[in-house]
Amino acid sequence: MSTQIVLSQADSRPIYAQIMDEISHRVALGDWTPGFALPSIRELASELSVSVITVKRAYLELERAGVITTRQGKGSFVSEQSAARDAQQGELERLIAQTAALADAMNMNDEELITLLKKIRKRR
Amino acid sequence: MNAIECRGITKRYPDFALEQLDLTLAQGTVLGFVGPNGAGKSTTIRIIMGLVHQDSGSATVLGHAMPEQQVAAKWNIGFVSEDMRLYGHRTIGFHVDFLRSIFPSWDDNYAQSLMKRFELNPAQKVKGLSHGQRVKAALLTVFARRPQLLVLDEPTTGLDPVARKVIMEELMKVMEDDTRSVLFSSHNTLEVEQMCDHIVFINQGKVVANDDKETFLDSWRRLRMVAADDYPLPSNAQMVDCQRSGSQLVMTLSNYDAALEQQIRDSGGEIRQVERLTLEEIFVLSVESQRDGKASLSMPRGIAA
Repeated sequence: MSTQIVLSQADSRPIYAQIMDEISHRVALGDWTPGFALPSIRELASELSVSVITVKRAYLELERAGVITTRQGKGSFVSEQSAARDAQQGELERLIAQTAALADAMNMNDEELITLLKKIRKRR
Repeated sequence: MNAIECRGITKRYPDFALEQLDLTLAQGTVLGFVGPNGAGKSTTIRIIMGLVHQDSGSATVLGHAMPEQQVAAKWNIGFVSEDMRLYGHRTIGFHVDFLRSIFPSWDDNYAQSLMKRFELNPAQKVKGLSHGQRVKAALLTVFARRPQLLVLDEPTTGLDPVARKVIMEELMKVMEDDTRSVLFSSHNTLEVEQMCDHIVFINQGKVVANDDKETFLDSWRRLRMVAADDYPLPSNAQMVDCQRSGSQLVMTLSNYDAALEQQIRDSGGEIRQVERLTLEEIFVLSVESQRDGKASLSMPRGIAA
């Protein structure tokens, strides 16, 4: 099985985080549904030409985030429990963290940021 | 089980010495061996291969003591280095036939598929090959033996990016089998960053870092801060580099974690940004700081310099 995951060398995120995001996206978008069997760590490492330890870390952190579940000797699967929602939540938090960093750089306080958020949501 | 275990290896030459080198390659993993030219990488690899005899210390490879038991060990080691030569007046096919007749483990289907992947022509004589083709031919002759351990001394130096990619892809396919192990030295930090599970960093004959890759890369951070001139850096912070411009402070730490970041904030440092470093940046900073004697990777250092 090929995951069609594409990594970027110019991306400032570490490789394990890129793999996590790619998998979380697939779960969030519903392309990988609950119970879906992920490739083994060594299979994915080989497909992406990255080290085993990097894929292992991505899987461990995805497990910690509740996106996937690993069963001893069976492999890793997309979690049953509100996994999509959790993955979306994670993605949202990541984007908000980026926004917050930019707001900090612009010396924008929370109230100003919330006002801006409300304005943008109204516009949609 | 460890594929390679070196303990306290010392080797002295008139102008160079390897000092008390420890190195472990766990089975099923890829070890990246990095360091500047003349750091001792090739000497270490030659000791591991039994080609150079250490003055003291032990090297155990696939359970065999080196150099004493090198004959037994080498059935299961595939070794490729820059100074390895194939017979110039013979074809690639000759080498394939020759090696197949010697090694019972030779996998001919795999050899044929590598021949295609590496775009080699078995009828071509070695002396007419380009550098890239020569390296690929040498790799083919060791990969197809399916050895338990691959020892590759700068396998991709001087190759174009396409050739490097093909070789690295084949190398990672080898690792689908978790009983096999790879040691490879390289100057290409991007490659090491991508492919290795463990990094051993050597400079001037000494190991300066030895850690699993994720932990190693994670422990380095560049902090962009606003801080007063007399800002007290926590004493446990290992600072490798520091640049100040007015109230702006950019410092690189080699033992970063969330607790240290909190300590820095608590001691009045305003952190604007925390950045990860590439292995390339870590490599250059480490070698420079050791050369200048400014700071070492293990020695804490105050901010006043």
